[in-house]
Amino acid sequence: MAVITYRDALNQALREEMRRDPDIFLMGEEVGAYQGAYKVSRGLLEEFGEWRVRDMPIAELGFTGLGVGAAMVGLRPIVEYMTWSFALLAIDGIVNSAAKMRYMSGSQFKMPITFRGPSGAANQLAATHSQALDSWYAHVPGLKVVAPATARDAKGLLKSAIRDDDPVVFLEGELLYGSKDDVPEDEDFTLPLGVSEIKRPGRDVTVVVHSRPLHSALAAADTLEREDGISVEVIDPRTLRPMDIDTVLDSVRKTNRCVIVEEGWPVCGIGAQIVDDIQREAFDYLDAPIARVTGADAPHPYAANLEQLHFPQADLIVKAIRQVCYRD
Amino acid sequence: MATKITQSDELLGLDRGALIEMLRWMVLGRRFEERAGEMYQVGEIGGFCHLYIGQEAVAVGALTPLRGDDYVITAYRDHVHGLVRGMDPGAIMAELFGRVDGSSKGKGGSMHLFDAATNFMGGHAIVGGHLPIAVGIGYAIRYRDTDQVCVCFLGDSVANIGAFNEALNMAALFRLPVIFIIENNQYGMGTAVHRAAAIENLADRACAYSGMQGWTIDGMEVLEVRRTVEMAVERARTHKLPSLIEAKTYRFVGHSMSDPNYGHYRTKEEVHQFKAHDDPIKGYIETLRAHGMIKESELSDIEAEVKKIVDDSVEFAKRSPVPQADDLYDDIYSGEYPDAKRRDPWR
Repeated sequence: MAVITYRDALNQALREEMRRDPDIFLMGEEVGAYQGAYKVSRGLLEEFGEWRVRDMPIAELGFTGLGVGAAMVGLRPIVEYMTWSFALLAIDGIVNSAAKMRYMSGSQFKMPITFRGPSGAANQLAATHSQALDSWYAHVPGLKVVAPATARDAKGLLKSAIRDDDPVVFLEGELLYGSKDDVPEDEDFTLPLGVSEIKRPGRDVTVVVHSRPLHSALAAADTLEREDGISVEVIDPRTLRPMDIDTVLDSVRKTNRCVIVEEGWPVCGIGAQIVDDIQREAFDYLDAPIARVTGADAPHPYAANLEQLHFPQADLIVKAIRQVCYRD
Repeated sequence: MATKITQSDELLGLDRGALIEMLRWMVLGRRFEERAGEMYQVGEIGGFCHLYIGQEAVAVGALTPLRGDDYVITAYRDHVHGLVRGMDPGAIMAELFGRVDGSSKGKGGSMHLFDAATNFMGGHAIVGGHLPIAVGIGYAIRYRDTDQVCVCFLGDSVANIGAFNEALNMAALFRLPVIFIIENNQYGMGTAVHRAAAIENLADRACAYSGMQGWTIDGMEVLEVRRTVEMAVERARTHKLPSLIEAKTYRFVGHSMSDPNYGHYRTKEEVHQFKAHDDPIKGYIETLRAHGMIKESELSDIEAEVKKIVDDSVEFAKRSPVPQADDLYDDIYSGEYPDAKRRDPWR
């Protein structure tokens, strides 16, 4: 184990996988000579050369399709977007081509491709550069969607995403790149897609949260333990599609209360689907309506104070948990 | 419009067998599409069904010089490209019928034919969406350092979409062995090319990309198409250079089965002129006759052989069962997908 950053954990995952399998190549804007807009691909061009670490023109639709074509003939491309907000220009390639190729061809062609890059807000990048569009991709059959919140999860899940034979949308937290935790150095370390993790065990209420807000939820759990004596169980699904909902259901059957937190907008969000799964399979176990804490239902503002108000902050999560525990 | 006899003074050094084989493919393409149209009219085929009648010289001229390990990709008017590439006619007709023995088990339909066995990479129905895919196939060819090529067919309307520039730029930038063939059939659905593109010859756009050569040719002349594609293949195979070929052609039928052969956007007389004086099959037969390369009995033999192939494809499609309900949730992921059924207990 070593304490490293989320950024370096991703770099390790890329390097280890590219060493293991010569069919894997990385492409995107600034991934090579510039060493990555967020330095995730640092040193890879020097090790693997330009055919395997390819700087692309600013043409998201074009290089996304390039990845799809290469995957159809058996390569395993990794497509990096400078931010997922730019991938809106490539949504035809992701949603129409990658997600449906297996189905439309009757399984004649598989689609082993990973689309990755930073998602969600950073610091005052305003409306076009801050979006968490997790639910857009999770909506689409044929895609898998992964959103790690820690360096360990980032490494283990990216390696599994690259090895997967289906297209994976891999959403990195733009504000998580500098965060650190213990990461296994073992090259065989992977984490399976579609498995939730209990990040903090508890008895009284279940919080389901992914990506950066996990850290806000853990802070909120500390506060509630200390100030209210409420024991909060925090679950990170990590994979949003297909989601391991059983871990969530088991927890809700135990705690009988649930709060769902996400950075994205509320309407048709990831939490909306989780609410449906819970009410359908664990309705009788609920002692209170499920609460959701989301990004504000507004575009991301530039002003620093307004932007902070947009986020699902720990104080909002505390309020929501108190409400479902009838402590407010 | 004058009647064309032939513009081909030479037969590209092809032997009689190869020349007749090209005619056979063109006739098969014509008759297959005519039958597909009939099957649509009687309700065996649904959805959008875009027929290739009138454009046969392009697919046949472009595909016959390729090797089996080359790659071919096209848009949604794809039946004849699949046929000439070597797909089983029965598998294509069954796909149009939505049956399990269709090339995509009935899940793709007319616009999404695929055949991994012949490197036929689809069948893509979003205009422009497949050009970057063709570039990715070209990238993989260079990545693996083989001498394959990728031929990408596109309609005239694609020349105006952003993916066109993104794809052609990358093909030239990375020196990829991709041959883009614009089938300019004069109309993007009902919009005449001159009403959509601010350029007379679409292939002139090749000059925007270093190393890319452009040709505008008569797409009704199968030998002219073949000669041009052979040059482009040589550039791609040997020099890793992309090409842009614009084959000017014409569809004798509506954009799809949903619209008539002529209407507000083009006149009955215009369609009649092309059918009467610029039919690629009639023109090619004249060429073969002028060179003494075909006997009249061979024409009827080809028609009889093709009729049997098409008849058999329809019989095969009719006999093939429709997909089972359980097939709905297959082919989505490489593994099982239990979530779908868990959330959907009644279907």
